[in-house]
Amino acid sequence: MIIKQVSVFLENKSGRLNEVTKILSNAEVNISAFTIADTSDFGILRMIVSDPEKACSVLKENDFSVKTTDVILAKTPNKAGSLSKLLGILQEEEIFIEYMYAFSMDNEGAVIVIRPTRVEYCVEMLQKHSTELVKADELYRL
Amino acid sequence: MIWNETIECASRDEMMSIQSERLIRTVQRVYHNTPGYRAKMQAKGLVPGDIKSIEDISNLPFTEKTDLRDNYPFGMFTVPMSEIVRLHASSGTTGKPTVVGYTRNDLNMWSENVTRALCMAGVHQNDIVQVAYGYGLFTGGLGLHYGTENLGATVIPISGGNTQKQIQLMQDFGSSVIACTPSYALYLAEAMREMGVDPKSLKLRVGIFGAEPWSENMRKEIEAQLSIKAIDIYGLSEVVGPGVSCECEHQVGMHVNEDHFVPEIIDPKTLEPVAPGEVGELVFSTITKEGIPIIRYRTRDLTRLNYDKCECGRTLVRMEKCMGRSDDMLIIRGVNVFPSQIESVLLEMSETEPHYLLIVEREGTLDVLKLMVEVQEQFFSDEIKELEALRKKIRNNIQSTLGISCDVKLVEPKTIERTAGKAKRVIDNRKI
Repeated sequence: MIIKQVSVFLENKSGRLNEVTKILSNAEVNISAFTIADTSDFGILRMIVSDPEKACSVLKENDFSVKTTDVILAKTPNKAGSLSKLLGILQEEEIFIEYMYAFSMDNEGAVIVIRPTRVEYCVEMLQKHSTELVKADELYRL
Repeated sequence: MIWNETIECASRDEMMSIQSERLIRTVQRVYHNTPGYRAKMQAKGLVPGDIKSIEDISNLPFTEKTDLRDNYPFGMFTVPMSEIVRLHASSGTTGKPTVVGYTRNDLNMWSENVTRALCMAGVHQNDIVQVAYGYGLFTGGLGLHYGTENLGATVIPISGGNTQKQIQLMQDFGSSVIACTPSYALYLAEAMREMGVDPKSLKLRVGIFGAEPWSENMRKEIEAQLSIKAIDIYGLSEVVGPGVSCECEHQVGMHVNEDHFVPEIIDPKTLEPVAPGEVGELVFSTITKEGIPIIRYRTRDLTRLNYDKCECGRTLVRMEKCMGRSDDMLIIRGVNVFPSQIESVLLEMSETEPHYLLIVEREGTLDVLKLMVEVQEQFFSDEIKELEALRKKIRNNIQSTLGISCDVKLVEPKTIERTAGKAKRVIDNRKI
């Protein structure tokens, strides 16, 4: 239930993001979702990929600072109100979120990537509320 | 006015005889009182009796900043602490400062030399001297302060910073002399323009500038902007502080108070004396200091000496404006900065070797220090707030260790250029 997200340190200058995607492309690693958190000088690229271990090793070989972070992927129906429902659960169970982002896999459903302060607890609570979570093997096959 | 004409205009023979007598005494003093000096002399097979005149000075061993650091804090003092009446310190290479101690006689000697320097600069009893060097462990403020009092002029001990007040006091008190770093002088000129104060409406006529390198162009700029005569003063705490040498009104090199501080120029590679008039590293021996006499101290400043008599009538040897350094020390806003100090700050924050690059720029009139740090794995966090906290921590630690602020920029690994495997640590973009 816990997914390894790959985070990369990027300087805020042209071509850096493309450099990462080229390296992953050559290694045949698929990116399912990504988001960039940025400041004026630097950013952090966060990605959900098909093979986190391989992604880390090829990026490290190319001198990037890379780290994996545990995140949770919650499946929600692709329709109005479903994000609000999920956030309601998190609020009710007092789960604090460092950051989150979303992607859509098909017309049926959307996936919300959540980085809570307490990962295990969040998994437990979401399951208690019957939220469907993406399993690692399911994702890495994508 | 020449403060001490007998000395400052002495013939070369007279000067050498004074220097010889004083050097012999100093060598005896350090040999018998400082184990470090004794050991160094013994290693060269020297006993005090081998030093018979000033011409034997080049046989003596050198002293370096590391000697002061290794004997931190008081190991090089030659008198008991009961005779030390003041301490000063300057930044060292590893965060530990180098400490110097002064006896009552040392302070009088220092004041005397600063007074001579002030007279060289054309300052007299009726002047009001605004001392805008920092007061404290740094020798600049108190050095100029007591020299001014000794001259009988009026001192305004305002210390550094507080620019608006500096300008207000110049207006209200009629300061005729300003003593500060040359970059601060330009900053004052800029602040005056912003405040709508015309420098010509002030009584300022002389500026005594030192503690950092500055060029002839900068002198012209300061003189034009502030309508004053800009005089270069030189000194370092290891020798005594400001007043080791100073320009006269002819501005043709700094007269060294060589009856107290004997200069030599050596080749920094071979450590042999260079031919007369050649550029090399400046070395000083103090020959009257009691608290912490220093023999052949390697200043790392590059310059040359001129023994010709000056138009002002002084025969004291003149040293040219310093032309650079023989080591990697930077002087930023009057503060000595070694790249290794930055390195040790970063090392304290992580286990592995940090990669960094220091960039020094002159923005407007002030030196700005920028530090690029590679975000290696050990520094990298997935969260922006952690990285921002890291940046702030680096900045704060550097501020508290070096006493200087810097902009920290986090960069990707391996983006800092490595030359022959060794990273380049410093880029100095200042045009001075």
